[in-house]
Amino acid sequence: MAKLSRDAVLKLAKLSRLKLTEEEIEKFRHELSEILAYVEMLDKVDTKGLEPTYQVTGLKNVTRADKEINYQAKSKDLLKNAPATEKNQFKVKRVLQ
Amino acid sequence: MLNAQCSMLNEYSNKQCVNALNYWFNDNSLIIDNCRLIIAQKDFDAVISTTKERALERAAEIDERAKKGGKVGRLAGVPFIAKDNFLTFGGKTTAASNMLKDYEAPYQATAINKLEAEGAICIAKANLDAWAHGSSTENSDFFVTKNPHDKTRVPGGSSGGSAAAVALDMIPFALGTDTGGSIRLPASFCGAVGYKPTYGLVSRSGVVAMASSTDVIGPLATTVDDAALVLEVMSGKDELDSTTIDRNPEGYDLQTSNFKLQTSKIGIIKEYFDEGLEPGVKKVIGEAIGKIKTAGAEVSEVSLPSLPLALAVYYIICPAEVSSNLARYDGQRYGHFAREAKDLAESYEQAREQGFGAEAKRRIMIGAHVLSSGYYDAYYKKAQTVRTKIIKEFADAFKKYDFLVGPVSPTTAFKIGEKVGDPLQMYLVDIMTVAANIAGVPAISIPAGLADNLPVGLQIIGPQKSDRELLGVAKAFEELKS
Repeated sequence: MAKLSRDAVLKLAKLSRLKLTEEEIEKFRHELSEILAYVEMLDKVDTKGLEPTYQVTGLKNVTRADKEINYQAKSKDLLKNAPATEKNQFKVKRVLQ
Repeated sequence: MLNAQCSMLNEYSNKQCVNALNYWFNDNSLIIDNCRLIIAQKDFDAVISTTKERALERAAEIDERAKKGGKVGRLAGVPFIAKDNFLTFGGKTTAASNMLKDYEAPYQATAINKLEAEGAICIAKANLDAWAHGSSTENSDFFVTKNPHDKTRVPGGSSGGSAAAVALDMIPFALGTDTGGSIRLPASFCGAVGYKPTYGLVSRSGVVAMASSTDVIGPLATTVDDAALVLEVMSGKDELDSTTIDRNPEGYDLQTSNFKLQTSKIGIIKEYFDEGLEPGVKKVIGEAIGKIKTAGAEVSEVSLPSLPLALAVYYIICPAEVSSNLARYDGQRYGHFAREAKDLAESYEQAREQGFGAEAKRRIMIGAHVLSSGYYDAYYKKAQTVRTKIIKEFADAFKKYDFLVGPVSPTTAFKIGEKVGDPLQMYLVDIMTVAANIAGVPAISIPAGLADNLPVGLQIIGPQKSDRELLGVAKAFEELKS
């Protein structure tokens, strides 16, 4: 594969919600291209007749009983690391201007 | 009761807990009663923080209970260190990242709760590559841990602080996580026993997620017996982790096992002895395999031709899962917060830009790339299909062999700074460890000897759910050495 374009890196940064500096854009353009070039060795591998594996121990649709569990963390514990809270809820910046 | 051969564990459990811990905390360079030098933390930077107050409280409780004749547990008073991606009370849980540098866990990892229920005491949190992304602990956003055998070298990673702490005899065991080799590699580089269980044997609840389809939790210890006892305590199904599997009903405590090498068939993985293996490592591993043969095991070479593809598979699957798992760090509910951001979108971007280091950003973007529309089939689905191929080759090999052996790493511990400038070279360090994660099979790194005064680990890999037998064969190997 050819080296990633600057636009491709910016698109990945946007998808990843990362704001990169000019220096980072060039650095990652080079590094990501190298990593992708390495993993592309898989292109040539014959996988005819094989299905992808997503779960290695063969578990499927593991569910628990639909009832309340007595979880160790309470809402005040879960809120204590938040930058801003109000009325026992997370407070975020305005979404609509 | 503790196994008589668990020397370290026994020693601690026979002491009054509070006293033992006071020794540890008073001064990092003092001499414990039996003259073991607790090497100064400042020389090796194995630990990010201590959980002193809570540890002393728990020790006092256990002492009190013991005095009254109450049940104190199989690990009563045994101090341990957890990698700082385990959520614990009594201090911060940072994952060695700026994103979580002030994070106080609202709940504890299941593994920590289980160890505490048996009386073990978490005394500190070990350094790691931030988010467990790395093979040298140099990706820590805070500082680099040094190798106990040579301060100019890395301890390996990502559980580098845990491995260094064990190798320094700071504690009898430490906890690590292994997503692509992060327990076995530092164990090999530092000269500790490092155990990666079958996928799902230990609950991942309360451990900062990296690549959920390969993440496992395991012990680093001085002896196989100690590692087995810790696994015995931590393993089993957990309602909070739907990927957990049933324990072996016989358990993992090796006190009751009587494993003989003579009865086992062992395959030497051909692909791990190809070019790139350092001559010193090759020699140590060759001698180790020679001893196993002399002990009576049936040993022959086996080829798993797709193993050289495992790293490429891993560096698609892992970043894909990393990008998804790290999406939750948005600076709104916890973690680094961008105070200066003007609106919501900017607050996401700035929190992530400031809170993530270079390696996390690389993995997030690679993950976004391989999962994005138009690329998904070519990268992600292809990798998961080659994964099937690797799993099949393991399954075929395990029809003929009970265990597979090889090195943990092609090299001994490398110099600090040697590979940091080249991410791909750093990834290649994991070339012999990732396959076990991709296939979900258990694997152990056990000290096999020294090459140029640096430790070399022998890797033994078993089929899924063979943990009891794998620990047994590792113990049998350990006994051959002494």
